[in-house]
Amino acid sequence: MVDNSLALSSIARESTVGAEPLIALRGVTKAFPNVLANDNVDLDIYAGEVHGLLGENGAGKSTLVKILYGFYQADSGQILLNGEPVSIRSPHDARDLRIGMLFQEFTLIPAFSVTENIALFLPDLKAVLDIKGIYHRINALSERYNLQVNPQAMVSQLSIGEQQKVEILKLLLSDARILILDEPTRVLAPHEVKALFRVLDSLRKDGYAIILITHKIKEVLECADRITVLRGGRVAGSLPRSKASEDKLVSLMFEKELSILQISQKSALDESVPPLLELRGVETRGEGAETSLKAIDLKIYPGEIVGVAGVSGNGQKELGDVVLGLVKCVRGTKFLFGQDYTNRSIQEVRKSGVSFVPENPLTMAAVPFMTVLENMALTDARRYARLGGLAMDWQAVKTDVEDTLEKLGYSFSLYVPARSLSGGNLQRMVIVREMSHNPHLIIASYLTRGLDVQSAIAARQALIRARESGAGVLLISEDLEELFTLSDRLIVLYGGKIVGTFKPEETNIYDVGHLMTGSEVQRVSKY
Amino acid sequence: MSQNIDTPFRTSLLISTLWVVVRYLIIFLVAFVLFGVILLIAGKDPVLAIKDTFSSTLRSTYGFSEVIVKMIPLIFAAIAVALPSRVGLINVGGEGQLYMGAWLATWGALTFTPLPPWVLLPLMMLLGMIGGSLWAFIPAFLRARGLVNETITTLLMNYVAPSVVTFFIYGPWRSPGNALYPQTVDFVPAARLPTFWGTRVHLGLVIALVLLVWYWYVMTYTRWGLEIRAIGGNPQAACRNGIPLTTYIIVVMCLGGALAGLAGMSEISGLHGRLRPGFSPGFGYLGFLISWLSGGNPIGILVMSFVIALITSGGDILQINQGLPFAVVNILLAITLFVVLARPSFLKEKKA
Repeated sequence: MVDNSLALSSIARESTVGAEPLIALRGVTKAFPNVLANDNVDLDIYAGEVHGLLGENGAGKSTLVKILYGFYQADSGQILLNGEPVSIRSPHDARDLRIGMLFQEFTLIPAFSVTENIALFLPDLKAVLDIKGIYHRINALSERYNLQVNPQAMVSQLSIGEQQKVEILKLLLSDARILILDEPTRVLAPHEVKALFRVLDSLRKDGYAIILITHKIKEVLECADRITVLRGGRVAGSLPRSKASEDKLVSLMFEKELSILQISQKSALDESVPPLLELRGVETRGEGAETSLKAIDLKIYPGEIVGVAGVSGNGQKELGDVVLGLVKCVRGTKFLFGQDYTNRSIQEVRKSGVSFVPENPLTMAAVPFMTVLENMALTDARRYARLGGLAMDWQAVKTDVEDTLEKLGYSFSLYVPARSLSGGNLQRMVIVREMSHNPHLIIASYLTRGLDVQSAIAARQALIRARESGAGVLLISEDLEELFTLSDRLIVLYGGKIVGTFKPEETNIYDVGHLMTGSEVQRVSKY
Repeated sequence: MSQNIDTPFRTSLLISTLWVVVRYLIIFLVAFVLFGVILLIAGKDPVLAIKDTFSSTLRSTYGFSEVIVKMIPLIFAAIAVALPSRVGLINVGGEGQLYMGAWLATWGALTFTPLPPWVLLPLMMLLGMIGGSLWAFIPAFLRARGLVNETITTLLMNYVAPSVVTFFIYGPWRSPGNALYPQTVDFVPAARLPTFWGTRVHLGLVIALVLLVWYWYVMTYTRWGLEIRAIGGNPQAACRNGIPLTTYIIVVMCLGGALAGLAGMSEISGLHGRLRPGFSPGFGYLGFLISWLSGGNPIGILVMSFVIALITSGGDILQINQGLPFAVVNILLAITLFVVLARPSFLKEKKA
């Protein structure tokens, strides 16, 4: 395999001279019902380059690379490999052409060791496993590309960053020379992102072609050689790194001027009033893949946004659920609005004025085959029930929904089944529902996931308005920038524990990133 | 995704309704053809047999009334399955709940003999519902607590209920006058549901139809229907939205049991006038089949109940005219179920 990468580097030298792309897309078009995902896209990827594929959510990045990896077939257009047209009908075809893809969701088997996971993916896996040989190949590659992991470790014991390394090793060992990385930085802490970019750099030097998908401008400026910007399914522009600047890329990504988030002056917190939410020494017992919370002490005062930072799976979901009442406290007490709610039911918590935006709108908040309007009434059906429940006042639901829709500047149809909405619209639906009726406490997990930039700004603005009117917000997010912009106070969760509490202006992204990944706690402020 | 989605969705609703009708016509056609093949193997004339089945049931008043009589418990039993299925519960226990309803209603009929019919009949109905819902409460409670899956418990309890009934019929309630057939004494006239038009069709029909409308109304228009459908559609989301899952599981399952119990009560009070062992030829299971075939749709339940009643009544005729054992009806029902379960992909519901 090491030979193989050396062979690649010779290709790289040739191709930079001859300037023939290793793989090229010509006029690729792909339509889905109601949306044209890719419209006549041309894309050239050269050996020995990191090609940044930039665009906001829904710009067609994922569809494009899924066509390249054989998940979808293009409606029209061509894929050229070394100038020869090829047909990629399945991921298997793609792997035969030495195209590999790193997915957002990892495909590792937790109960297997690193070596076993990698062996499973090898194209030339023999009937009798040569574990030792694979082991040596892994070591050689991880040495070469700074991808250090212990090949004997169980995947279940690896951190997210290490698992990503295993996924990359998997691709390298299976002979891929074109690597597609679908938002690889999404799950990483800032210093892990830096490490990943170093890995990409050394891969580039050995002639690999790398497609890096992201919606973060800073990242492409940091590590890409060339940048292609997609907007609404079309190529808005393609330019070498040397000609790219942040302003230029922003103007390519967004057609319209973006409205700017209005952040009101954060007022001094009045800690003499009782907190809206207080957790005292709360512990939970997680089953299976869940995380157990340990000794959580948390207060949210009126007019305060408390941000929760952490790599996903470190107790954020459980923290939200314990406030909602879905997860029971095995120890400790929970107070809402000054009253003990430790053992109250979800409907009592909801009724007291708590809103909840869960991390996955489709599985955790919406009933797919019901209409959007029916979904809107679900959190507070009693409010809209007439004649003691014998009838529902759908007109009132509609009025309330339209009211909130207008405030947020969203629009979607109310009379279609929720399952026919796109991911972004589903998220908007949940946000609209949870922001109606002036909640006193909002638990928002990954509030802006799947939203376009303009909708995300509107959603954040709604949180700020809620804060201004005296509500409290628990904002769980993996977007550190979002947390730093919105939060009045920031806590970091690691392994179910609060490992740091800060005011955003007293810390920086790197310190928080280190805490998120369980590195040495260097500085924990007095809060 | 904008407003323009509205129109295609509505037109597709009309098409899908038509499609359902066509689909079931094809299903029954296939079932009858397969059934004909079996009759041929048995050396009978399938065309004549099927013609006999239809003419005897649909072309004589008596035959038709007998179909309606069979339909009554089937409607009850089908709603008893369809209602819990809306929250995602699988109630296979209709048969057991039906027996327990009949059992408790019989106790009422034998105990409160002096009461006038307008007191005794409602009382028996109430007792029938209590009997059925108590039998359903046990699996519902175990399920709500997350202990045992309700499919298994309801099914297993079906084997217990008839034994309880049999115990009472052979023991304390046995009619002294009849040594050959173990059964209870005849109910007093006040404990009998009135019958109509000189046939065996009884008041149970009206109650069943009212309950069918009630089921449709609750599901479509009320807050409870909304919340029930939400739980069935996505229990996790419903739970996070503050809908009390455990309460609904228990209440809805018990309501289902109550309906099955009513089926039992109406059978013994309207039809038999006494409790005897094996008074139900598997109405509970047929109700499950009907609910399943109709997808919980009220009109579907009505139509399917009629069709299944027709087939079972036809069995009697086949027995008499063609000398076929009654079990051939079970073969036809089994084939129908088989065709539905193994329906070829072109018959499957199209997902949007």
